[in-house]
Amino acid sequence: MSDEYNQKNAPLEAQSSDTISGTSGTPSKDIDYVRPAELPEQDLYHGHSFITKWIFCQDAKIIGVQYFLTAVFTGIVGLVLSWLMRLQLGYPDLVPFITAEHYYQFVTMHGMIMVVYFLTALFLGGFGNYLIPLMVGARDMVFPYVNMVSFWMFFIAVCVLMASFFVPGGPTGAGWTLYPPQAILPGTPGSNMGIILMLVSLSLFVIGFTMGGLNYIITILQARTRGMTLMRMPLTIWGIFTATALAMLAFPALLVSCIMMTLDKMLETSFFMPTIVQAGEVLDYGGGSPVLFQHLFWFFGHPEVYIVALPAFGIVSDLISVHARKNIFGYRMMVWAIVGIGGLSFFVWAHHMYVSGMNPWFGFFFATTTLIIAVPTALKVYNWIITLFRANIRMNTVMLFCLGFIVTFVNGGITGIFLGNVAVDIPLSDTYFVIAHFHMVMGIAPLMVIMGAVYHWFPLVTGRMLSEKLGKWHFWFTFLGAYSIYFPMHYLGFIGVPRRYFEMYDSPYVASATGLNEFITVAALIVGFSQLIFIYNIVSSLSIGKPAGKNPWKANSLEWLTPEVPPAHGNWGEKLPVIHRWPYDFNVPGAKEDYITQTTPPSEVISAEVEKT
Amino acid sequence: MHPGIIFLGVVVGSVLFHIYTPWWWTDIASNWGAMDDTINLTFWIGGGVFILVCLFMVYCVFKFSYKEGRKVEYKPEDHKLEKILTIATTIGVIALLAPGLIVYNNYINTPKNALQVEVNAWQWGWQYRLPGEDGILGTAHVAKISDNNPFGINLDDPNGKDDILIEDDVLHLKTNRPVKILLRSLDVLHNYYVPQFRAKMDAIPGIITYYWFEPNKIGEYEVLCAEYCGVGHYAMRAKVIVESEDNYKSWINEQETFSDLIAKQENNKLKKILIVKNND
Repeated sequence: MSDEYNQKNAPLEAQSSDTISGTSGTPSKDIDYVRPAELPEQDLYHGHSFITKWIFCQDAKIIGVQYFLTAVFTGIVGLVLSWLMRLQLGYPDLVPFITAEHYYQFVTMHGMIMVVYFLTALFLGGFGNYLIPLMVGARDMVFPYVNMVSFWMFFIAVCVLMASFFVPGGPTGAGWTLYPPQAILPGTPGSNMGIILMLVSLSLFVIGFTMGGLNYIITILQARTRGMTLMRMPLTIWGIFTATALAMLAFPALLVSCIMMTLDKMLETSFFMPTIVQAGEVLDYGGGSPVLFQHLFWFFGHPEVYIVALPAFGIVSDLISVHARKNIFGYRMMVWAIVGIGGLSFFVWAHHMYVSGMNPWFGFFFATTTLIIAVPTALKVYNWIITLFRANIRMNTVMLFCLGFIVTFVNGGITGIFLGNVAVDIPLSDTYFVIAHFHMVMGIAPLMVIMGAVYHWFPLVTGRMLSEKLGKWHFWFTFLGAYSIYFPMHYLGFIGVPRRYFEMYDSPYVASATGLNEFITVAALIVGFSQLIFIYNIVSSLSIGKPAGKNPWKANSLEWLTPEVPPAHGNWGEKLPVIHRWPYDFNVPGAKEDYITQTTPPSEVISAEVEKT
Repeated sequence: MHPGIIFLGVVVGSVLFHIYTPWWWTDIASNWGAMDDTINLTFWIGGGVFILVCLFMVYCVFKFSYKEGRKVEYKPEDHKLEKILTIATTIGVIALLAPGLIVYNNYINTPKNALQVEVNAWQWGWQYRLPGEDGILGTAHVAKISDNNPFGINLDDPNGKDDILIEDDVLHLKTNRPVKILLRSLDVLHNYYVPQFRAKMDAIPGIITYYWFEPNKIGEYEVLCAEYCGVGHYAMRAKVIVESEDNYKSWINEQETFSDLIAKQENNKLKKILIVKNND
């Protein structure tokens, strides 16, 4: 492979030794001084054929797009599954092929797809790959080959998952939490090939994801350009970085539980299987603990919530700051809140298990830790809205999605306080209140960020703007529609409607909710179909969108400052950028423009009264 | 139309929905009113925060919409404000957590006079076992379950002999007497949940879990399985009848004990042996 490496190695090295001597020659040497690079530049792999450039590609930007498109494909599958579920719940018997077996298979696949294969892959694999090298000023990830393998492992994992729709017995219907013993016993749909493929697919996902994750972490720690100190990184990078660190620590718990359950299923070990009597027969299991699985699963599962949420927090902070033309308020606190939330997220997992039959004394501990995590989270919300105060807010599509995020996230965060407080959780757990809560907080809120981020970075990726008019229609349909799905759904939980019910029959106390269920179903269909506006906007803007030019949003962060837009292979042309400030210098008093990019040396904006650099 | 108006509409609409909603708690029929109270408290504090945050956001959106040359505040940090917000949030969180933990403490400490009821769950049905006159349930294990011993009661345990077995999914309870529900499962996870009682807990194969409540309203209640247990989950219903002391007594006196069951089976066996002998 060595012949494929850049032979222009020598000049590159010469250039970096050049930079080590500092920016001598500029008139104001002192104020523009940036510490020299500690390492010479890394070689870069160059693909030449179509296959190495676009398919087995090692450029993080292409890999990011590959991740994004694959994740969106799984997301669309998940969306269609949710329609089928909603049709059954709103209009039972309308669709004859939805049996109880199918319903539970839809529930399971919808949940697993959306959480793992859609949101996680989209934020870290998609946005992470595209943005990390650009935002920290690297030419690529530090291990491009491993990065490529990471995507293809993910791709195989998705194929295995989708294959489970076509095996005898269909995909698993164990619920996305896959709780044993039922997940591998015949009373659950897809308890043979379905569950095995699910476990294999998850294991592949974790393996592939570890490869990507190591790349993200090491790139952020080791490959930042000169002057890009940790406390000058955009919050997007802080969010992705912390989320990846969480993923590296949490996914192994999922991997081992998948392996153990596969062994329980295929070799009849008893990690999670106690003595069981089914249909009058004592099965060959004994001595295992179903609660052990739940601990392992949620030790992964709760950080997983933050693996999705932290990148969203980071990205939305940047979007708000850019489009409100004001620095993000309390940057350092935002960073520490992200790191703090990440750390605490490993000590709250059993709040998913208050009624699981674990030792009841755990409830005190986990309720306390869970409510402690509310403090840094609330601070982040305050900082977002304080950023809007006395700002200059562009009311464009991106900002609308940010505002939609704040509303849905605050709503979902507060219902999280209900569920985290153990005594309040007991009547509400396993009801529709839980469904409404987690869809609001980790479904809709992150989706708002994803969509806002697409409107924000589409010009960077493609060089063309998305249509603002279509974008606004898309936003209002999505936001108002999704809000009217999940806000009233909480009240089903108060009535006491349990989740994962294929049919409510004529339970006297839910009769009043029939109309509400129909309404939610209609809203879900509308929201789903309104995504066609989004897809149309993306597809049509690829060819007829307004050319974006350089830095159309007048942002400060590095990804907009590449010599070519969209950024070319290697990102930075001949010379790596040098960073002089944080990315939030908007409307600095004394500055001529309302933004100062990260690469602007202080000598060029002498009159600006910059507080933080 | 200014987008701020729609966001304002969302906030106002949410509040109005909450006030006028026809969907609210199913009337409580147990002692856990305190759970409803903590939820209402959370609603007041949490709802207040939601309204304040959203209204502040809407205000900013109205007031600071983009205008060329608008003077923007440049203030990266404000330690005093950040400190005030941190402390205020912490106080709010403590105000929510403390009452919650007190209620939870009651929830996990069963009163001494609680009546024990063992709930047996399987795919997909329920049955019950009550202690007999000695007030103690005999030990049991799922591996011992057979046609003659539907609860897997340990035959060597004298406490099990007078246990009352209810091979039916209708459970009768006395009003105003605490009940400790002991949960066992034969196969997978289940959860014995009556919305009106508010309390719930999973049944796990291999271990015994518990919770308690005190029914205080005479009536019939539907039991729902609240932990996904396979394809029959949604159909796994049962019934609880809460009744006066007298009615309860006459019901319990009609129920069979474990010794009754054994005796009946031995009679059957004797009969069988007689038949076999006669045929000889």
